[in-house]
Amino acid sequence: MVLDTNKDLAEPKGIWSWITTVDHKRIGLMYGVTALVAFFVAGLEALLIRLQLTTANGTVLSADAYNQLFTMHGLTMLLVVVMPVGAAFMNYFIPLHIGARDVAFPRANAFSYWLFLFSTIMLLSSFVLGGAPDGGWFGYAPLSTQLDEFVRMDYYAIGAQLLGIASIMASANFIATVFTMRAPGMTLMRIPVFTWMAVVVSFLLIFSLPIFGVGLFQMFFDRNFGTQFFGGGGDPLLWQHLFWLFGHPEVYVLILPAMGIVSEVFPTFSRKPLFGYPFVVFSGIAIGFMGFGVWAHHMYTAGLGPVAEAGFGVATMMIAVPTGVKIFNWIGTMWGGKVSFELPMMFAIGFVSLFVIGGLSGVLHSVVPSDYQQHDSYFVVAHFHYVLFGGGVFGYVAGAYYWYPKWTGRFLDQKLGQWHFWLMLIGFNLTFAPMHILGLNGMARRTYRYPEGLGWEFWNQVATFGSFLIGISFLFFAWNLIKSRKNGRIAGSDPWDGRTLEWSIPSPPPVHNFDEIPVVEHVDDFWHRKYATDEDGRAVRMPEVSGGTLAADTTTGGDGEENQGSSDDMHMPSPSYYPVVAAFGVMVTGYGLIYIPGGWVAAGVGLVITLWGFFGWSLEPVTRDADHE
Amino acid sequence: MSSQVAPVEAHDHHDIRPIRKAAMWVFLGSECMFFGSMIATFLLYRNDTADGPGSEIFDIPFTSASSFVLLMSSLTMVLAHNSFEKRDGRGTRIWLAATALLGITFLAGQIYEFTEFVHKGLTLSTSPFGSSFFMLTGFHGAHVALGVVMLLAMVFLSLDGRLHEERGLNVELVGLYWHFVDIVWIVIFTVVYLLQV
Repeated sequence: MVLDTNKDLAEPKGIWSWITTVDHKRIGLMYGVTALVAFFVAGLEALLIRLQLTTANGTVLSADAYNQLFTMHGLTMLLVVVMPVGAAFMNYFIPLHIGARDVAFPRANAFSYWLFLFSTIMLLSSFVLGGAPDGGWFGYAPLSTQLDEFVRMDYYAIGAQLLGIASIMASANFIATVFTMRAPGMTLMRIPVFTWMAVVVSFLLIFSLPIFGVGLFQMFFDRNFGTQFFGGGGDPLLWQHLFWLFGHPEVYVLILPAMGIVSEVFPTFSRKPLFGYPFVVFSGIAIGFMGFGVWAHHMYTAGLGPVAEAGFGVATMMIAVPTGVKIFNWIGTMWGGKVSFELPMMFAIGFVSLFVIGGLSGVLHSVVPSDYQQHDSYFVVAHFHYVLFGGGVFGYVAGAYYWYPKWTGRFLDQKLGQWHFWLMLIGFNLTFAPMHILGLNGMARRTYRYPEGLGWEFWNQVATFGSFLIGISFLFFAWNLIKSRKNGRIAGSDPWDGRTLEWSIPSPPPVHNFDEIPVVEHVDDFWHRKYATDEDGRAVRMPEVSGGTLAADTTTGGDGEENQGSSDDMHMPSPSYYPVVAAFGVMVTGYGLIYIPGGWVAAGVGLVITLWGFFGWSLEPVTRDADHE
Repeated sequence: MSSQVAPVEAHDHHDIRPIRKAAMWVFLGSECMFFGSMIATFLLYRNDTADGPGSEIFDIPFTSASSFVLLMSSLTMVLAHNSFEKRDGRGTRIWLAATALLGITFLAGQIYEFTEFVHKGLTLSTSPFGSSFFMLTGFHGAHVALGVVMLLAMVFLSLDGRLHEERGLNVELVGLYWHFVDIVWIVIFTVVYLLQV
């Protein structure tokens, strides 16, 4: 069988090639760009909220607008920004980390992305189509079941449901990829920590999202079919249980990929292996398991009784243990290493420092009597922004600076990056540190204004000032991303002297990733191909870099005869437009359901489009030449 | 270290069956949580009948019969898979069609049952009991219906000789799904119908 390599393996061009792509790297980049745009939208919402709260009796926003903005800020940041940024890194790097040519199901992967994009568009379109969700991202009943606002929380119920379906599909895909497509010798305990965390996250999503899905269906039924799950004779507390059974694993979904990223960054920039690799992996798994047993610490004030509260309190304190293990391992990695303060390293250190602050205030929340005092105050807002922004966003930005050379072949600009880091660090602390004080002074969350004379103005003004610094810092970041793509310093295939397999291939990687599937013998296999150890345990660069032949081949593969005849011929999956069609159909169905009863027609049309997409998808061959076999 | 030979796993990239099976198992794990949440909701609201009909309206003999039908469909599914492994196209089609037919019979029973209940005054909006009962059994019925569609699709694909082992739907994957849906029904039948505490 002769494969037309030029046709199959050359990088295709044009918008249509992006729409029909099934390449995990392109899908990863699209996730990233979409999430970044959504980040700016949600950031803008946050700035409006801050403007409103700058002075007592703020007049920038009405109560109604404020409710929509804080709901959409939370919803967008969690489901449309941080989760998909994690998915962006996972898509791009899981196959590269385990030595595979793509994910297990490339077209399902494309479908996940398009469904995510369309649900995002749907959620954001709610602002102009009858009002955005305004019951908080937590969507508590009875706020969520009020029917006088025609469609608002229907957007929440359907939008989050579709995002959930996209995430479940992506997670099943990642799990199947990691468990069945690893390169020879890539045992589970040789997988890079980032990919391990991706596996844990995928399992968390697989098991937690369906619970949320049921809750959302119940909310939707209550609103549209007169059921009595949360209203009528039903119990609003049921929603809280279902929601937080998803919602708490969800916070680990948001943070674990960032922990994985810094677990890659610290060893690279300390020029030492990760301290206690198995401990880091197993504490990640432990966090995942325990994450399912602590949901009711969000509900202490709901009146569950002392036994339940004590149990969940203890479980919550316990979860600090594996988290602490990781933090000590990161410090241990830097300890005695040759630390170089490149930008990714600076953001990673920022991550650890800020995450520790947020983690400690989290332990304060686990203590029930203390939480009674802090519940629904700005102290909580300060806590979760320290872990999710100070932790999560710093970690993901570290990943962006670390891997941008792999995506584009060029470095991000050093000077702009410095501006970004310091503005973001200072702005972040100015914004959220004062919220601890405000919270302890009694300022309540989710209130659109506060009266004069309570002494809250000063710290609110500091917070608003800080929030604009964060905004400016991300303008530097965006400009850096755009500018460096064409004008950045050329990075080469292995700019940081990296340790994992993605650095063994050209930047940007060719469509098929690896010319030859690597055979793996160590954790940090690429490092061991470059360095041996002398008697004193010091790393000595080997004269002949065995990975260098691959690394030097920057012209990208596809034109060489040597690609042929290796143990596995390459069958890169062909582009397909059916995933977009199916995802579009699902979106039309979703819009129809939001506007029932009138929308039933649209829902039916959407269903037909979806079925067309799925049938075309399952009947077309995966690769162009598959039928000739 | 280098003397240690890396365990080389056999990777035949053309055989993607285990990959798809892994994904199917993961998906079924997800489904467990989905049905688990609805069963938990039902248990919470089992006695919240708002003075409307409660569990006394269940017709246990009737539902036992339709449960038996659904369980038998698992047997025919196994026979279909067995024929498929032996590359017996005709046998595969017969048993797949039989499985689909049994599934349809079960669905017809469920439609009849729902109609009866509505006549007796139990609807989605009567009470939390009614809401959670119809949602749980309704979503299960939707899963059965989807399974029937997949079974029939496979019968037609097989007629064209397009039933591949390696892509699209295959008998083993649909079999896993079908057995799972049956097992969920065993739990639902026990918890919802038989457990009268």
